[in-house]
Amino acid sequence: MTRDKYKDLGTRTVEFYGHGIKSLQDTEVKGRLIVIEGPDASGRSTQIQSITTRLEADGHAVLNTGLKRSELVGKGILEAKENYTLGKKTLALYYAADFADQFEYKIIPALQAGYIVLADRYIYTLIARNLARGLDKTWCHNLYGFAIKPDVVFYLDVEPSVLIHRVFQKNSTLDYYESGADMGLSNDMYESFLIYQKRVSQEFHLMQKRYGLIPINGNRTMQEIHNDLQKRIDNFLRHVGHK
Amino acid sequence: MEKRGKLIIVEGIDGSGKSTQLHLLEKWLAFKGVNVFKSEWNSSEMVKEITSKGKKKGLLTPTTFSLLHATDFADRYERNISPLLRAGYFVLADRFVYTAFARDIVRGCNPAWVKKVYDFAVKPDVAFYFKVPVDIAVDRILIGRPKLKYYEAGMDMNLSNDPYESYRIFQGRIIEQYDALAESEGFTIIDGTLNIEEQQNIVRKKIMPLLEDMKPIRARTRR
Repeated sequence: MTRDKYKDLGTRTVEFYGHGIKSLQDTEVKGRLIVIEGPDASGRSTQIQSITTRLEADGHAVLNTGLKRSELVGKGILEAKENYTLGKKTLALYYAADFADQFEYKIIPALQAGYIVLADRYIYTLIARNLARGLDKTWCHNLYGFAIKPDVVFYLDVEPSVLIHRVFQKNSTLDYYESGADMGLSNDMYESFLIYQKRVSQEFHLMQKRYGLIPINGNRTMQEIHNDLQKRIDNFLRHVGHK
Repeated sequence: MEKRGKLIIVEGIDGSGKSTQLHLLEKWLAFKGVNVFKSEWNSSEMVKEITSKGKKKGLLTPTTFSLLHATDFADRYERNISPLLRAGYFVLADRFVYTAFARDIVRGCNPAWVKKVYDFAVKPDVAFYFKVPVDIAVDRILIGRPKLKYYEAGMDMNLSNDPYESYRIFQGRIIEQYDALAESEGFTIIDGTLNIEEQQNIVRKKIMPLLEDMKPIRARTRR
């Protein structure tokens, strides 16, 4: 095994997608930002758990982040979605505020402290959802111009027809927004889910090049996906600092 | 969006008298039988609770401050402003996107970023800017020595340890931003030091032509 235990990851200056944040320009970080993207029930959380365990075993400090988890608005979004019908721009901005709060208070400080930040989704899911709902493309990309570029982004690519079975195994019901039910795609939830997930997946494919997303075939078993991901992450960590 | 109504907005720092003028305009329009709807900055029920929670804790960064206010605006825009304009209403907004531009830019957000975030909003038919020298406006607000809130005083920017001094500097910088926007955004500038009646007269004269535009629609609905 060529695990690089206790390895110093080296420092680098953060790079923003757009205009960035004034107070963070030229910020130096010692940690690394690894993102795993993919739809609900694609097995993301399971993968993140086992990767975290493994990275910690190798002596890295790991911070997990995800969507809707900010101190500021995390709970507010869930409440608001239950009690109100939110417009698509409102929802998009709400999620952006939640992301920004975690970005500035969790992700950046952890990276400065030398953590490996393992993000259970980042800006791409948010952008894809907004695009699938027909929001203006430049607007959607500009919105997240304050985010930094991660070191590596994996995208669990699952066929909608495979995904729907995993959703049923997990919850036995389809989530309102994750089925795009707010968009009036179809009166039939099953049908709506497939159309919506197909659209989101298309948006991911379109973003692949722009953002350097690495697609991971998510139609395989959890173990196969895990082996694939772990190999790629080991490989990535072996090469950082040697550039 | 096919807009049939009219959008009238007021801008100016706290104490510039803009809300008083908008209130009088609203009464006048209602008296004339026009369908009026007023929307105030930072007033969405849904967002309010969360914003104030963050404000109390002093947790907001310029970016989250900006995004939460944009969320509030988008909610009011999607829920009220946009549909009511389509329905032919006179929509009156007490502060509009320019408040966000001015405040967020003073706080250090990137100007191009902020402007893009708000670019879904239609341009107002008339944008009044109530211009008052900073000392007069600030004195109007501070006369009773009110307790200034943390963000209201701009304490997050470390301008001064004294909230009143900080507030004064902050308001001064906002005026600079408004002045910079005035020409490119076509603000109708009103001298906020004139007496209330004089100002209202100017406001109503400016709005009068918009009422002419509305007549055909009203005639149609009567039949």
